[in-house]
Amino acid sequence: MSAASAALSSDAGQVPVASRGYWANVLRRLARDKVAMACLAVLVLILLAAIFAPLIAPGDPYRGSIIRRLRPIGTEGYPLGTDELGRDMLTRLIYGGRLSLFMGIVPVLNAFLIGTFLGVVAGYVGGKTNMAIMRTIDVFYAFPSVLLAIAISGALGAGIFNSIVSLTVVFIPPIARVAESVTTQVRNLDFVDAARASGAGALTIIRVHILGNVLGPVFVYATGLVSVSMILASGLSFLGLGTKPPEAEWGLMLNTLRTAIYVQPAVAALPGAMIFVTSICFNLFSDGLRSAMDVKL
Amino acid sequence: MSAPVPHEDIGGPAQPLLSIRGLVKHFPIKGGVLNRTVAVVQAVDGIDFDVAKGETLGIVGESGCGKSTTARLLVRLIDPDAGEVLYDGLKIGSQDGLDLREMRRHVQMVFQDSFASLNPRLTIEDSISFAPKVHGLSAAEAKARARELLQQVGLNPNLFVRRYPHELSGGQRQRVNIARALALRPRLVILDEAVSALDKSVEAQVLNLLQDLKAQLGLTYVFISHDLNVVRYMSDRVMVMYLGRVAEIGPVDAIYGNPRHPYTKALLSAMPSMDPDARTQEAPIAGDPPNPINPPAGCRFHTRCPFSEPVCAAKVPDLASVAGDAKHAVACHMNAPGSGHSRIAGAA
Repeated sequence: MSAASAALSSDAGQVPVASRGYWANVLRRLARDKVAMACLAVLVLILLAAIFAPLIAPGDPYRGSIIRRLRPIGTEGYPLGTDELGRDMLTRLIYGGRLSLFMGIVPVLNAFLIGTFLGVVAGYVGGKTNMAIMRTIDVFYAFPSVLLAIAISGALGAGIFNSIVSLTVVFIPPIARVAESVTTQVRNLDFVDAARASGAGALTIIRVHILGNVLGPVFVYATGLVSVSMILASGLSFLGLGTKPPEAEWGLMLNTLRTAIYVQPAVAALPGAMIFVTSICFNLFSDGLRSAMDVKL
Repeated sequence: MSAPVPHEDIGGPAQPLLSIRGLVKHFPIKGGVLNRTVAVVQAVDGIDFDVAKGETLGIVGESGCGKSTTARLLVRLIDPDAGEVLYDGLKIGSQDGLDLREMRRHVQMVFQDSFASLNPRLTIEDSISFAPKVHGLSAAEAKARARELLQQVGLNPNLFVRRYPHELSGGQRQRVNIARALALRPRLVILDEAVSALDKSVEAQVLNLLQDLKAQLGLTYVFISHDLNVVRYMSDRVMVMYLGRVAEIGPVDAIYGNPRHPYTKALLSAMPSMDPDARTQEAPIAGDPPNPINPPAGCRFHTRCPFSEPVCAAKVPDLASVAGDAKHAVACHMNAPGSGHSRIAGAA
């Protein structure tokens, strides 16, 4: 018997029919998206390389050599050449992924938690609470994100922790806005009214009926921000506000190698290429996720 | 299956299940730089009615007459500005009356849009068992109740518990919504245009289901619709609303057979007839209802009423019983001896 005819005659068959859940469908569609899957593979590769850096990196990221500075790509023993202090580029790129990915993901994750909380509260409660939260957020939104990150980092001082704080502050407003607008749409639907009419409290309604419909779109939006965060973090390092030498981090490496751009352009461009590849993979993956989730039922 | 009579009766059979007294809801429209109230929509403006135990009260009226606002006031999705709602003689939300949360167990609602009123991320089972869980049932008990209710509304639980709303047809979804409304074993169900979005054959099935459930479970309905035929089929009594006020209320036969308010007469003559010879030749009333932001003074219908006289614009008619039928009440100066209207029914 086909599923359609089984659904029509409610008395037919006693076998429980399990429907695939929404997320199972999303994953199935995502798995069919070749671009998104390729990007996911690259990201997983970079992530694994960063995690297992001490095991796979050929050398020591901090040991330099004055006589072997700025060797070109393909030099024996240095497959990707050496930097301005004679350190192995391949090793430093692998180690650099640790900090760069960390700086890309952690601020967005923090902002995702805080921004979603603020947005859902503002959207669900509405009225004056919404006004207070969203107008405060608009104040931060008024600054260009790069400028805001530099200003906060500059005020707090250089360092990884301070960069994370400043980037988190930069990403809270856009995430809170998305969360607020989705929540406002959802809370006006009849099923929320039905839940209220059943006597459920605000927290229960948010947990059962609001979050399930809000987290998806907000998560997709946040994945797209990871690449922005990586680039901003690189920018902070480039300006001397993020990580400090001799730490290996792609943005910082790009900064220190820029003086060698005429001597060894291919080597100097490598950290930038890594940032580019990683961020474009995050963007394409989040696009894939968005279209996998965006189904008109 | 558990006992058919859902809840403890408090005031005895003669006590109306629901008494509405002077219910008012005005929506302010804010605007301007200082966000001041620039206008007020008088959605519901002082209505009184009773719903007896076990009856179906139909509420009819044009779009914007306050039907849905009344429904939302009855289930307390919005709070009234004035007036009181007595449930089985107990005032809702007061110290010595009925707790709001307790009231929600007794009064439930079915919405018009069967799709928007189900959470797309929850299975049918989770949607139905949500309310019982909120009221303290264990997950297993709530699931058992969801299955029992699906059976009652004519859906095979084995086939439907794990399904999602988008996999169901409109009629099936509305059956699920009815099951969800019944999940707390209420005594009063507000049906706000519950069948209006369904096609005719499915509508008939759902209406019959509602009649069966009412008989089985001893329910009381407030049935809101703009479809006069459906209201006639479903209701014991009918209330006609116009611009936030009650125009006429009475037993279904009196309203349909002997309408007293000019608005009711106009509504009924606008009803499509099955007989092509009995076709309505001219529009009974012209134009749209006046803007509820600035409703006409006096009788709200006087701007469109063919019998309008100066008294109609000057004085608000009281809702008073028709001579010879205490259950049939109408708010019209033509029914009020001594109002000064030249066509007073009793005098003529």
